[in-house]
Amino acid sequence: MITATGRLDRVLVLGGDSDIGIATAHRLVRDRGARSIVLAGRSPAALQRRAAGLEADGATVTCVEWDVTDIDGHEEVLGALFAAGDVDVTVLAAGVLGDQSRLEEDPDELLRVVTTNFTGPAAAVRSLAELLTHQGHGVLVVLSSLAATQARRANYGYGATKAGLDAFALGTSDALAGTGARVVVVRPGFVRSAMTAGMEDAPFACDPEDVAAAISEAIERPSRTVVYVPAAVRYVSWVLRALPRAAVRRLPR
Amino acid sequence: MPRRVLRGWGRTAPTGADVVAPVGVDDVRSIVRDAGDRGVVARGLGRAYGDAATNAGGTVVDATVLRGVDAFDATAGTVTAEAGLSLDDLMRLVVPHGWFPHVTPGTRQVTLGGALAADVHGKNHHVDGSFAAGVRWFDLEAPAWSGRVEPGTDVFDATAGGMGLTGVVTRLCLALRPIESARMLVETERATDLDDLLARMEGRDEDFRYSVAWIDLLARGRALGRGVLTRGDHAPLGALPGTARAAALDFDPVEPIGAPRWVPSGLLNVATVRAFNEAWYRRAPRHRTGELQGISAFFHPLDAVRGWNRIYGPAGFLQYQFVVPPHETGLLRRVVEDLARASTPSFLAVLKRFGPGGSGHLSFPAPGWTLALDIPVGVAGLERRLRRYDEAVAAVGGRVYLAKDSRLRADVLPAMYPRLDEWRRVRDRLDPDRRLTSDLDRRLDLTGATP
Repeated sequence: MITATGRLDRVLVLGGDSDIGIATAHRLVRDRGARSIVLAGRSPAALQRRAAGLEADGATVTCVEWDVTDIDGHEEVLGALFAAGDVDVTVLAAGVLGDQSRLEEDPDELLRVVTTNFTGPAAAVRSLAELLTHQGHGVLVVLSSLAATQARRANYGYGATKAGLDAFALGTSDALAGTGARVVVVRPGFVRSAMTAGMEDAPFACDPEDVAAAISEAIERPSRTVVYVPAAVRYVSWVLRALPRAAVRRLPR
Repeated sequence: MPRRVLRGWGRTAPTGADVVAPVGVDDVRSIVRDAGDRGVVARGLGRAYGDAATNAGGTVVDATVLRGVDAFDATAGTVTAEAGLSLDDLMRLVVPHGWFPHVTPGTRQVTLGGALAADVHGKNHHVDGSFAAGVRWFDLEAPAWSGRVEPGTDVFDATAGGMGLTGVVTRLCLALRPIESARMLVETERATDLDDLLARMEGRDEDFRYSVAWIDLLARGRALGRGVLTRGDHAPLGALPGTARAAALDFDPVEPIGAPRWVPSGLLNVATVRAFNEAWYRRAPRHRTGELQGISAFFHPLDAVRGWNRIYGPAGFLQYQFVVPPHETGLLRRVVEDLARASTPSFLAVLKRFGPGGSGHLSFPAPGWTLALDIPVGVAGLERRLRRYDEAVAAVGGRVYLAKDSRLRADVLPAMYPRLDEWRRVRDRLDPDRRLTSDLDRRLDLTGATP
């Protein structure tokens, strides 16, 4: 339960090795009194490393092996996590950037990105919506992207998967109205993280901690459904969507 | 069962529950016994500020549909009614016959069942105790037990102040207090600072049945803790002007005006509240005796504005009420100082002296000083500050009022409510399978680990 002063207890990070997911967990432990963190992800070793940092902040951390692309296994794993106790905040941060040029050439790479960024997460959102409805409260934070708001030559593969997930999450948000549970869709611009390592900063680049801060704030405000990070990229998205196709085509990245 | 989003009076922490309106008292039994894994709790008029009458994912019994009056004995001064009857309806029934409830809180918009569950208090606590002291008996529906409960039993004591977690109260019999008129004879005085206020309250509180002080939490320096003390009693017939005596017991409060549907966040900020407090203090007389006031004006001024909780804006507000023992005026002062220093925009701060506590295991009132304040949520550093008060209050054997709470942490509970284990033992007898629960229960782990 999230209290009147925004304090909460139990947080589930899906994609527990994601920089944004972990930064959010740290933020919720430090600022919102979260005491129990569940990290779910593919690599137990990576999760253990992340857990140590959170434990140093005073949280109790549980690590669970979970693969977003193993859709058949979602219900069982997620169901067990919710059965162990109410989950106040779920952060769905699993995803890959993919390689745009490779997925244009290799259908397997395309399928991998679509499954990891859309099919798997959408199936997880569906499962979570059921669990949250039963629970009657809780916030589901879905990591979308600024790239979801306009297809661009440089990253339309990634953008398309995020656009799909974004739409699915927004629709779920409407479906959950009146149940006590809610969805927050987060659309960061360029985030300096492991996913973008080696890439040059785009304008309005930010850090995982900035995304975490925006998420923490949105959790306290029931009216907030879509969050841009930094806030200014909302206007970038407006401009991108207002541009004629020919102009979008010429964008450098 | 329709799923609805419910919140407390502070409009924070919305959660969804299946709201069921029982067809009759008998229906309550099956609802309570058939509750699913997310449990069940009764809800009255939703005046608990926090999460006492919300139950995420579970069942909430809409008790307000059970509001019949079974019997009113205007000679003996007793009334038996279903638990969803409001104090407003009760007073409209009994006041014209020269009777008054044993206790009324600051609003008439509470149900009798809710008043018992929170064991509410009024301005007469220092003389008459809390709501439960005026209860002759009540009927309780618990998952593993149902029946009539009388004072002096452990089920009575677990239910009075038990926040609805011992079962659903379906019917109560109340003892009433005789009155000669529906007017109040009121004495008002201004206190220039906290010492002055406390001295005035300690000095002559016992001379009045009703006593409460409004305190200006934004006043600093020499005016720290200044306030307006209002005390009085039911006016005897002789105190009314001759022309008013024929209609002495008329009680017909005006229909409330509604607060605007929507108010921007931040309307109540330090500047507006400071201006309000200044005006409120200045307009109070230095000392006035013999003033006649109506019941509503004296007891329930906020009932004149329906939905006044909306004035805090969509983000909502919280109320913080604690009590500390009589000699802990030092802690009271530190809290008042700290709130003033932080410029906490609270314009409904109330100070009162409690008399002896009641028999309820989790009843809030205990001898000493109680301070209640409203704060809009979103004030910077609020949780940290309140947490400091929680710890200080618990350390001196004081407590925070659960019916108003929306943010306390479970770890301070055993210190604040030392009879918690006793309460849990009775509760577990009534509800061994843990069907009764609420968001308050989940947050504070009131019912404790399964035995």
